[in-house]
Amino acid sequence: MRYIFFCVFSFVIWLLWSGHYALHHPLILTMGMLSCGFVVYLVSRLDIVDEEGIPIHLARHMVLYIPWLAWAIFKANIDVAKRILSPRLPIAPRIVRVTGTQKTDLCRVIFANSITLTPGTVSLDLDEEEIVVHALTEEAADDVQSGDMDRRVTALER
Amino acid sequence: MMIIDVLSWICLIPGCILCIIGGLGLLRLPDFYSRMHGGGVTDTLGASLVLLGLMFQGGLTMITVKLVMILVILLLTSPTSTHAVGKAALMSGLKPFLNNPDNKGKNEHD
Repeated sequence: MRYIFFCVFSFVIWLLWSGHYALHHPLILTMGMLSCGFVVYLVSRLDIVDEEGIPIHLARHMVLYIPWLAWAIFKANIDVAKRILSPRLPIAPRIVRVTGTQKTDLCRVIFANSITLTPGTVSLDLDEEEIVVHALTEEAADDVQSGDMDRRVTALER
Repeated sequence: MMIIDVLSWICLIPGCILCIIGGLGLLRLPDFYSRMHGGGVTDTLGASLVLLGLMFQGGLTMITVKLVMILVILLLTSPTSTHAVGKAALMSGLKPFLNNPDNKGKNEHD
């Protein structure tokens, strides 16, 4: 299943990059298919076509998670931009620890990357259950410690 | 055509302003760790809005496809590199400037 998806996906990417989707170039299309097949063979030799490499089981939940994350990033950006422009520079940098309840490595990385992607919080270190986060303001620290994002990323695993 | 141009500029101008604010943040913020947050503004909303504005200019062509790919790759790699830089600073013992009345001086990595 993952292999079929990977074949189709790499060929679609090839078509989009090259733009040779007209049927009057049969040679180039054939060569594209062959190169995609060769890549799939190489990757299967590397043995990385698994839950981590091709996480299609997450796609269903991602449809809801990405818009929420985009909105969170938007709000955080406005907040940080306001603080940078404010003459008093109202920041209170702090280091906090956040518990991540994700079971798989992939979702832990998604959680840590989501924290970093949101301006105002940067994940500095990861261990088995906690993430060390540098927060620019008290509000940003409270936001990440409230566990809302953690719950949403954990929901991806279901 | 007019509407597309207006939408495009509505994205491009705030995007450029946010990129400048991010650069200003790099200069104004007090220490290394907080400067990473300033860079974050340029990385996320600034770059996204500029690329979105360019996508409106590109229309439904190969250019837009490539701009989408740039956006996806940027949003996947920038937090990873920010984390790598931050972790390297933490591991080499750079002390963060903490302005926190609750646990003043109680730095967990001392």
